[in-house]
Amino acid sequence: MRLLTHNMLSSNIKGVVNGFPLRIEAEKVVEKTVEMNGEFLKKMFEKVDWKALVDASRAMGYTELPEEVDSSILDSDEFLNRFHHALLELHLEEGALVCPETGRRFPVNKGIPNMLLHEDEV
Amino acid sequence: MEAPSSLPHRFPFHFVNLPSEQLAHDIAKRSILVKGMYELWGEGSSYEELKDSVLSYPDERKFPYLDSDSTFKITVDSFGKVISLEEQNELIQGLSYIPFKGRVKLRNPDHNFWLIEVDNYGGNNGLPPIVQKRIFFGREVGGADRKLIPTYQLKSRNYLGPTAMDAEMAFLMANQALATSGKLVYDPFVGTGSILVAAAHFGAMTMGADIDIRVVRDGRGPNCNVWSNFKQYGLPMPVGLLRADNNLPPWRPTLKEVFDAIICDPPYGVRAGGRKSGGRKLLKGAVKPYTVPDDKRTDHIPSTAPYSLVECVHDLLDLAAKMLVMGGRLVFFYPVLREDDFAESHFPEHPCFKLISSSEQILSSRYSRVLLTMVKTGPYTEEIAEVARIKHMEFKENHVKWLEDGNLHSAVFSPADGQLTEAGDPKLIKDPKPKYRGKYV
Repeated sequence: MRLLTHNMLSSNIKGVVNGFPLRIEAEKVVEKTVEMNGEFLKKMFEKVDWKALVDASRAMGYTELPEEVDSSILDSDEFLNRFHHALLELHLEEGALVCPETGRRFPVNKGIPNMLLHEDEV
Repeated sequence: MEAPSSLPHRFPFHFVNLPSEQLAHDIAKRSILVKGMYELWGEGSSYEELKDSVLSYPDERKFPYLDSDSTFKITVDSFGKVISLEEQNELIQGLSYIPFKGRVKLRNPDHNFWLIEVDNYGGNNGLPPIVQKRIFFGREVGGADRKLIPTYQLKSRNYLGPTAMDAEMAFLMANQALATSGKLVYDPFVGTGSILVAAAHFGAMTMGADIDIRVVRDGRGPNCNVWSNFKQYGLPMPVGLLRADNNLPPWRPTLKEVFDAIICDPPYGVRAGGRKSGGRKLLKGAVKPYTVPDDKRTDHIPSTAPYSLVECVHDLLDLAAKMLVMGGRLVFFYPVLREDDFAESHFPEHPCFKLISSSEQILSSRYSRVLLTMVKTGPYTEEIAEVARIKHMEFKENHVKWLEDGNLHSAVFSPADGQLTEAGDPKLIKDPKPKYRGKYV
């Protein structure tokens, strides 16, 4: 699971109000090279929740993302490289996503998070 | 893009005026069904007329392709008749009024010329007649990549599911969705990834979800799963795959307008039944939901309930309305019973979307599927979200009713004599009782 996906997901258990961001429990993180696409990154920059991305990248052991950003930073190639790496190349292979409100663990196996709810959660 | 009105509707060619050859190349490169694009040098209803027409075509358009440094080939093709090799040679000799100075080369020549004859079928092969004989001569500008479909055809694909999308169709869907580099394309019923493979071929970033973990995660071994289907063709892997239920999508509430296109073949229950979360609870109606014991939570596999077509389409449109960028496209298959009067008004509608194309594919005497392409033209508002929420609750409360109404499987596979009574009232469909966990949904 890339952090782009993580940034889009929340806990949708019935009754949960603040299901975002899911806390990452990383057991195995791998890096997968992805071809960089500046246009794509600029579009995604508008969509991501920045704080959640920074915290998630730290949980994955990557600390190069700046805490505060505005869109002028997109002119920096160095920033784009870091953003690209954090968003698309860090890959949670094994671990879990934890609902911030209930502590419910959504397991991540073989890189795929299981967001399916149990019968009593829908 | 229209044939002259004098030509019949089912004419094998379309005439297009394009501002540049580069544009023609670009169109040809993305074409799946267009076999070739030709710069028309002349046409006529007889070879004399063709000659006059070619001779009057401006020399500056012709000479660059006729010079002595180049190689060329002339192919004779025909529609509605067979031209023997001898006749073909004669026809090519008959083109001597064109000053070809280059060298003939049959394999990979610089320039390909085509002499194409369209003739009256004479009613002998069952095809609709073409009214009049017409002959064309032109230079090939480009054509669909003939290796594309053979390369991606399903029989050479490592990992297949029962409903993997045919390669040609997947490419047509990706084209309808305008999949291209820098775009994010999502398939909520990703299965073995066959639609996303086509989108990735055109350079799009892909993301997919499926309710069935066996499909998206496990596959059939380390080199036989969704990821390997991308690896096999040297395509970039999906940027995200997840196990999720489109009936209860796990997207963060503040997220919207993130996908450029959503392409899918929803599980409408003819070949593969749709499933959604919450089986046991729904099975027992008002009974309290099944509570998973704490010690069994980690590896618990939640039960699923059948997913009616109506609800499935509702969820898809709601998701697309929220998650597509403005101008983004929703491309999906929608089943229709052929007994129904085939009309656009039968297709699903949504205030955020405009239907821009529908293409029917006949599957049996009973039913067809239609590839619908919709463009997002309006923003997803609070009011639309509220209407969708109410509808969602209504589906939950009247689950069995919706299943009966939307049971396409019964309509398609029930005995033929039952059809007469069923057509008017879907509630009369034989054996509408929903079966849980079975394949008959």
